[in-house]
Amino acid sequence: MKNRVGIVGVGQTHHKSKNTDCKGQELISIAVKRALESADLTMADIDAIVIGNMDHFESINYVDMWSVDGSGGYMKPIMKVTTGGTTGSAVGHAGFYHVASGLFDTVLAIGWEQNSESDTTAAISTCFDPITEREFCGGAIGPLAAQYTAYMSKYGATEEDAALVSVRDHNNAALYNPYAHLRQTITVEEVMKSPYISYPMKFLDICPRSDGACAVIFAGEDKAKKTVERPAWILGVGDCHILVHLADGIGLANLPSLERAAREAYEMAGITDPFRQFDVAELYVPASTAGVTWMEALGLCEEGGGPRLIRSGVTNMVGELPINPSGGVLATNPIGATGLLRIGEAALQVMGKAEEKQVEGARVAVATGFGGCFWSDVTVLSSSTQLD
Amino acid sequence: MGEEKRDSGPLSITYMADMPYDYHAGFYYSRFLKELKDNKRIYGVKCPRCGKVYVPPRIVCRDCFVTMEEFVEVGNEGTLLAFTVTNFPYTDTTRGEPKKIPYTAAYIKLDGSDSNIVHCLDETDEKKIKAGMRVRAVFSDTRTGDYFHDIDHFEIIQ
Repeated sequence: MKNRVGIVGVGQTHHKSKNTDCKGQELISIAVKRALESADLTMADIDAIVIGNMDHFESINYVDMWSVDGSGGYMKPIMKVTTGGTTGSAVGHAGFYHVASGLFDTVLAIGWEQNSESDTTAAISTCFDPITEREFCGGAIGPLAAQYTAYMSKYGATEEDAALVSVRDHNNAALYNPYAHLRQTITVEEVMKSPYISYPMKFLDICPRSDGACAVIFAGEDKAKKTVERPAWILGVGDCHILVHLADGIGLANLPSLERAAREAYEMAGITDPFRQFDVAELYVPASTAGVTWMEALGLCEEGGGPRLIRSGVTNMVGELPINPSGGVLATNPIGATGLLRIGEAALQVMGKAEEKQVEGARVAVATGFGGCFWSDVTVLSSSTQLD
Repeated sequence: MGEEKRDSGPLSITYMADMPYDYHAGFYYSRFLKELKDNKRIYGVKCPRCGKVYVPPRIVCRDCFVTMEEFVEVGNEGTLLAFTVTNFPYTDTTRGEPKKIPYTAAYIKLDGSDSNIVHCLDETDEKKIKAGMRVRAVFSDTRTGDYFHDIDHFEIIQ
């Protein structure tokens, strides 16, 4: 990259099931103000804005313009980025690219969603081909559920393995994250007793939809060093899109787009032994089942090793590699913000500002994004400008 | 007190306008749909470079990015790769009405195809379904050129 880039500010709303207190722009402004305050910056410091959501959830076009009341983008360059479920992580990566290119010094990235304004599953279903796929794809839940039947069949994973992930993430949110949407501790037994909504997915296996926003400020090296004592340096990014034909992605037990994106981000960052080198991970796990099946794509275990990894407890808060101290997507899912929250939460960890959810001594973190037809984004962050 | 709070609280405004679309099926899907309707045959398209067969047919090979022109018939039987018994309510965006549930979404690799399709199984008891099973297309008697109607469903081959 031309310029080294660090995250200097992170802000988010208190996420909710239904936010009737404010409209979209007002929600966005809360996250933006919190991000600016966290870095002790003002809107005058911001050179450009990247913003994203999924248009069909609110049926608002020109969100780049429409959101100016909340984003602070008046008379500034604004780019809208919309890539389905990865919108938030793509917004983060676009913020990074803006600064890394050397064209902008300080860039504000914003992800947001007011999911409660429409039928989320119906809106998601419109991403599938209307003629040959939409009829039976069932939003985001159906394909994720189906993928787990392939994985269980191939590797002998169980519904209990997925329940362990659900318990980990829900309980982290309940215990450590005051911003999370769902904050209730649960047990494996409760997950297993919750009703099937899309076999093998049960009610407590799937993420909610939330109203919320997140804002992250990216800065060039000099600006970052002047702004905060310990920025979160972006060491590597990877993005990988796959086919729009959903059935091709689902037929696989694994997630090749995540494997490719991880390989690219790791190469850029110098990650060779991800499980040992990462101190913490904020992963886009939209269903507990994905918390089992996608670990191998990130190189955290061998092929088919997801169940072993999860059962061993190493990904819990007290384990060797805590995953989702924030509670992740299973507790909070304002879809356009969700991927950016992963980057923001991972940044807070390496900046030492994660408060209750802080993993002690976290220096290197990984964040992921996942979207629609099984594509992936990966970000590697560190408190140092390069790995030891 | 409660009444007063409701009156002074934030409002929501509901929009219920229909927004219909006419999707163009294009050359490849039109051929695919006509073969289903007229001949109860399932067609894919073959890459001239790598030889992979794609169902439904499409213009370019995902790996080679070359235009594909050779239509080839594939089997109406295949292997069930993954499935889910969907049982939660949502709006059917094709018809603008509640989706009929439960249904079993089936991800299938047809014999002779290198890509997968999604359709439904006529079995909604998950205990009777397993990834890896063999399945067969059951065609509708009254075919209209609609993929999800002309293939009525897939059935498990016992």
